[in-house]
Amino acid sequence: MPVVGPVSCRIQAGEVVGLWGANGSGKSTLLNAIADAARIFSGRIERAPGLTLNYQEQRPVRLPAMPLTGRDLLRCAGVATERRPPGSLGVHLGRRLDRLSGGQYQLLCVWAALAGTADLVLLDEPTNNLDPEHERLLAAVLSEPRADRDERRAVLLVSHERAFLEDTCTRVLEVASDHPAGRARSPRRRCA
Amino acid sequence: MNWEIFADPLFRVPFVAGLLIAGVLPVLGALLMLRDEWLAALGLAHLAAAGALLGLAVGVPAVLGASLGALGGGAVKSIGGARGNTAYGFMILIGWSALLLAAANTSAGDALGQAVMDGQIYFAGWTELAAAVVLTGLTVPALHWLMPRLLRARFFPRHAAANRLPAWRWHLGFDLLTAFGVAAGTATLGLLGTFALILVPAWAAFRVASDWAWTLRLAGLIGVAVYLSAFLLALGLDQPFGPLLAAVCLGLGGLVAGLGSPRSLR
Repeated sequence: MPVVGPVSCRIQAGEVVGLWGANGSGKSTLLNAIADAARIFSGRIERAPGLTLNYQEQRPVRLPAMPLTGRDLLRCAGVATERRPPGSLGVHLGRRLDRLSGGQYQLLCVWAALAGTADLVLLDEPTNNLDPEHERLLAAVLSEPRADRDERRAVLLVSHERAFLEDTCTRVLEVASDHPAGRARSPRRRCA
Repeated sequence: MNWEIFADPLFRVPFVAGLLIAGVLPVLGALLMLRDEWLAALGLAHLAAAGALLGLAVGVPAVLGASLGALGGGAVKSIGGARGNTAYGFMILIGWSALLLAAANTSAGDALGQAVMDGQIYFAGWTELAAAVVLTGLTVPALHWLMPRLLRARFFPRHAAANRLPAWRWHLGFDLLTAFGVAAGTATLGLLGTFALILVPAWAAFRVASDWAWTLRLAGLIGVAVYLSAFLLALGLDQPFGPLLAAVCLGLGGLVAGLGSPRSLR
């Protein structure tokens, strides 16, 4: 039985597309398929030539000891040093990653994905561990232009928080699991 | 303590060879620790020791045999995608078994096997020095290229696959570099001395360093300080080098880890 589908969707530069659905409906599987991390049994995913991706997983890698600062993490994510992180996140850039709270580290990782030069950013449950203030910061960051040119990057964002998606996304797709084959529908705008 | 012995030219070659290796191994150890692969070093060291002895049995220099043993293990680990304690446990068992069997069944193997286990640095010669120079010369440019890729792969593990990048190249490159470092270390400093230099300085640096650059610097500095202290003490007090190296490593590493804090090193 297919884990998710049928899905037909085109994501354009500058779009912030939300993917909403119940637990186990296949949202993360869809992201993994786009990121070449899951096997596709039928259908196809077409990428624009030269497309670059950043993919932030649901749980950022968190080691027991991480002697890297936030600045180190941004450097290894390919974020330009002149990019300033949003809000209070900048204060924590000089701190070791293992001294950050779960929410601070989550937002830093999400921002590292968004502040790079990728054409398409895949975010899996980026609001995990975030308090309302950090959620507002994330919402603001999602609408920022990309680092290297005026053109905005595209974002495909998985979340089970419907209100957050409605507030921040240009489109929200619903992945439903109430059908044997599952289906995707777009409550706000139908996707082609 | 007999200080005149330090002026003996016979000790200069092993001293320099060991010094170079002692500066490099802790840096590799820091990356191994970040990758949660520090036990791999012990597996590779056993394979290197077995390779050294098996090589000697067929007339191949110890450094070359050790390198072949460790590089073979590193290549199999990387290409086969073997990660985790189970794989490293098997490497240790295979290496240990081959080491002791080779020692028992080759001429002079028993004494050489003991030397590898004890870490008799004073037997190191020009071949070991050449290996140490090659290791140092390889490590600096290799890590300059590998470091950002390895860090990104560690913290953003989906990135390479998502962008269809050949991540296997840098994982294999690091595995082979580590294998060569462990081989050169095992042939020069002994099996457990090498393991101590990979594990303890990195462990201490991880506890106290304020950022990644400091972690690498501090691990390297601890390694060099440990080596210098152990070399002087072993020679001056006529003690076996390997055990003394491990003991000094534990003492200094524990001291640094106990005294330091991230704030104090900024």
